[in-house]
Amino acid sequence: MQVFRYSQARTVEGAVRANGTFLAGGTTLVDLMKLNVLQPPAVIDINGLPLDRVESLPNGGLRIGALVRNSDLAWNETVKEKYTVLSEALLSGASPQLRNMATTGGNLLQKTRCYYYRDTNYACNKRQPGAGCSALDGFNRIHAVLGGSDHCVATHPSDMAVAMMALEATVHTQGPKGERSIPLDEFYLVPGDTPEKENVLVPGEIITHVTLPPLAAGTRSHYLKLRDRAQYEFALASVAVVIQISGGNITRARVAFGGVATKPWRSREAERALEGHAATTETFSRASDAAMAGAKPLQYNGFKIELAKRALVRTLETTTQTA
Amino acid sequence: MSTSIIGAPVTRVDGRAKVTGAAQYAVDHSPSNVAFGYPVWSTIGNGRIANIDTSAAERMPGVLAVLHHGNADPLFRPAERFEPYSRAGEVRPPFEDDQVYYYGQYVALVVANTFEQAQAAASAVRVEYQPRPSVVTLAAAPAPQQPPLLHYLRGNAVQAFDRAPVRIDQTYEIPTETHNPMELHATTAVWDGDRLTLYESSQGVVNHQHVMSEMMGIPVDRVTVLSPYIGSGFGGKLFPWPHSMLAAMAARRVQRPVKVQVPRDLMFTTVGHRPLTHQHVRIGATQDGKLLSIEHDVQQPTSLVDTFVENCIGVTSMLYSCPNVGTQQQLIPMNIGTPTPMRGPGIVSGLFPLESALDELAVQLKMDPLDLRLKNYAEQDESYDPPRPFSSKRLRECYQAGAEKWGWSRRTPQVGSMRRGNEIVGWGMATATWHAGRGSATVRVRLNADGTARASCATQDIGTGTYTVFAQVVAEKTGIPIDKIEVVLGDSSLPDGPTSGGSTATATVLPAVDQATQGAIGRVIAVAQQTPGSPFYPGDHAQTAGDPPKLAMTAGRIHLADRPPESGVPFGEIIAGARLAALDAEARTAPDPRDEHRYSSHSFGAQFIEVTWDPGIARLRVSRGLTVIDAGRIINQKTGRNQILGAVVMGIGMGIFEETLYDPRNAKPLNNNYSDYLVATNADVPDLDCIFVEYPDLHLNEYGARGIGEIGLAGVAPALTAAVYHATGVRVRRLPVRVENLMAGSQQKIA
Repeated sequence: MQVFRYSQARTVEGAVRANGTFLAGGTTLVDLMKLNVLQPPAVIDINGLPLDRVESLPNGGLRIGALVRNSDLAWNETVKEKYTVLSEALLSGASPQLRNMATTGGNLLQKTRCYYYRDTNYACNKRQPGAGCSALDGFNRIHAVLGGSDHCVATHPSDMAVAMMALEATVHTQGPKGERSIPLDEFYLVPGDTPEKENVLVPGEIITHVTLPPLAAGTRSHYLKLRDRAQYEFALASVAVVIQISGGNITRARVAFGGVATKPWRSREAERALEGHAATTETFSRASDAAMAGAKPLQYNGFKIELAKRALVRTLETTTQTA
Repeated sequence: MSTSIIGAPVTRVDGRAKVTGAAQYAVDHSPSNVAFGYPVWSTIGNGRIANIDTSAAERMPGVLAVLHHGNADPLFRPAERFEPYSRAGEVRPPFEDDQVYYYGQYVALVVANTFEQAQAAASAVRVEYQPRPSVVTLAAAPAPQQPPLLHYLRGNAVQAFDRAPVRIDQTYEIPTETHNPMELHATTAVWDGDRLTLYESSQGVVNHQHVMSEMMGIPVDRVTVLSPYIGSGFGGKLFPWPHSMLAAMAARRVQRPVKVQVPRDLMFTTVGHRPLTHQHVRIGATQDGKLLSIEHDVQQPTSLVDTFVENCIGVTSMLYSCPNVGTQQQLIPMNIGTPTPMRGPGIVSGLFPLESALDELAVQLKMDPLDLRLKNYAEQDESYDPPRPFSSKRLRECYQAGAEKWGWSRRTPQVGSMRRGNEIVGWGMATATWHAGRGSATVRVRLNADGTARASCATQDIGTGTYTVFAQVVAEKTGIPIDKIEVVLGDSSLPDGPTSGGSTATATVLPAVDQATQGAIGRVIAVAQQTPGSPFYPGDHAQTAGDPPKLAMTAGRIHLADRPPESGVPFGEIIAGARLAALDAEARTAPDPRDEHRYSSHSFGAQFIEVTWDPGIARLRVSRGLTVIDAGRIINQKTGRNQILGAVVMGIGMGIFEETLYDPRNAKPLNNNYSDYLVATNADVPDLDCIFVEYPDLHLNEYGARGIGEIGLAGVAPALTAAVYHATGVRVRRLPVRVENLMAGSQQKIA
């Protein structure tokens, strides 16, 4: 870890003006600072900002402050009942101790667990643009099959963001140019030839809260995470499904994947294959094929394609079972 | 031994100190003015250091010294080839020269006023290397030039295999596994003139003391090693590793105490590991399952700086009755740190292929795997010529008790044939074994005038329950309550005690604690008889009456042997009555060398594992486990059961999670942390059970106890992969079982 300036922000405006690296739960930032992967000259502690509330919105949706801890959000009564997929995703992530610290805004900005990103002795385009990618011909079992490029194949590690993607969340920010609202689907960037740019935030811009739209009555949702062990591991493949059924037909479906892509991966291909079709195993199977049609395996991660398909089929079966 | 505290489920006597944080571990010791050392380590796997630039680091705040091969005081190599008790983890001292033999080798040590200053300065040390290509796989290693290091032959195994009607011929692989105890290796080194005190995390304080004396070049009586608590070792803390020498060297240089804690990254490189193995097994058998031949050919890597061999083939020649057995083991140097014993070394690795091949044979023969084991039951140890009797072997009882408790007869052999709900259940079993050893030990027991007792020995408790076993024996012999018995271990200045390794500590110390306690009791009795004023003082009139009446100690009281204890006097009053503070005695015990050649001593067990397989989402979980152990008499049911169940948890990790991944480009262990190196979490551990079939092995010691630290791990992996085969039809011959292997081969499609 390197020497850095530490200060505490008392207001959101003050945090934006301070123009440094924001410290919330610290579960990513401090970890990577200890590894010298991130060496911010100035760290702004934002834990004192009044962004730690979960509130119902007049339209029936939910407003989640950026500093709401993962544990608090997961066990929130409204989230448990209405946004089940989000509660399940949060509880499948990390460990209780980490969830007690990690925040909503921080989780959206969580850094990849790629071995090569986390060690400054390796070439990594995300850490040092133009340096090369050690994962392409390295041990890439945990890397992405979707959204990768010749420059980066690191997976986005968040579970929460996958659920929020399927819930069509919106990220609200405040920056040097004022406030803005960004649909989560437009918030993340695929690596392309600039893997160091992971999202659309500009320097100094801070996430203030996330909103979830209301869900129609009868909507079902579920998060399934597959991995080697039962807890405390990132996903090999995960899927979030938010779905409505009427008379045996799927009227609306939102599908997002985790663990297989360079960003939380919304699959409109799967959604198209589901909407307007009967809730049958054949439909589910077609949707899973559609979702993975563009997948590109690396040397060690080809199995993720089949695993993600199976995860989607199972999740659709689970969510449509008694509908 | 009447209603005995020996065998009772006595709670750990050190438990309270551990759970309340009162227990002080090596890194918790902060002598005044302590400085901190933080290492710089090699980031190549092979080559030489061309240049080290420490100038920037030396200018940083709080930095006291930056030590490296160019400026370090010389260290000496340990005399382990010549002496007992002087084995280092790696014979090459740190900073010996400019050569790099593996990734994560110490290149420099920064010493500073605080940990943070040392760590920050360490990252400012610039090292230039001249790298050479690294070898981290057997496939990339040059063919060995030496003949096999270990080999064994009885009969003609090759010919018997060629003629056998039924044959198994397979290769099995175990990857490198890393101990990863929760407590990091650490040393706090304190010099007082020419005396060196080390607060260590050590499984052998006496060995550590001797090695440090030899490597630092100071007399052994000037070195004290203190290791009262160890946050697990699993074998990784048996022998001193380079950080201990670095801490001592740095403390001498800066003239202050120095603390060095090994970073988690280096827990994967410089403190040993279970070496990977490639193992080729060929078995020949008759149509009705009688073994005709076993061949077992092992390749095991070692480092380029030391020779570590773990015998994977010894078990093959003794476990089953078979006329023709040929085994050999080849060592292959690679660019890795030196391997070291990891729980069950040799046998755990050797049993995976042997037991797996037997399961494959059972499938081929359409025979129950348990029946196959019984069919080839070894009544004697056939690895000796002539065969040698076992000191005690109750493996048949283990199979039987296990099968009954498990419900093994309900197993249907066909792959995928057993279901629970939508999931497929697989059952597998394997034999477990571990050799029973016993060494020598000296123990001192002191009986105090205030009614308490103290037992001491330079052994240590690595979390297995050694403190408690000492207290149990003293309590058994004296009747003093456990909470009035102090046990002092983990200090090399105490009477010589054994290293905590090889599942031998309990069998070794029991007789010495017993004899020392009896010696101390004898001294109290003598004082009782010789002190005027004592109720047992015969007085002048009795001088001609022959021997004084016989006394005994029961329930903490000295009494006439033929009268009840209540008629006697508390022992403390006898000691106080003689105006003494305490009476003590020392005893040294060793195994009878004649027994060593008379009997073959091993523990045995049967292990049963159930896995649950959800083919729809390719999810495998271990859902049940049962272990039945024949380890002679169990001294403490609670800590004993704890040892076995803990080992099974470790076996789940070995079976489906653990693998140290070396990057072939630079020899780095990529997953060198608790997040990426997977071990079982609580959520991965199902209902586990353990049964002891207790038949005291009185040839080993008078308590009939054999060790139990390692055997619980021995058969888990092969039982698990047998269960995986039973559920999925996929035979996994390379650990760990991975979801991609099962998806590729399983007979069940998407549900």
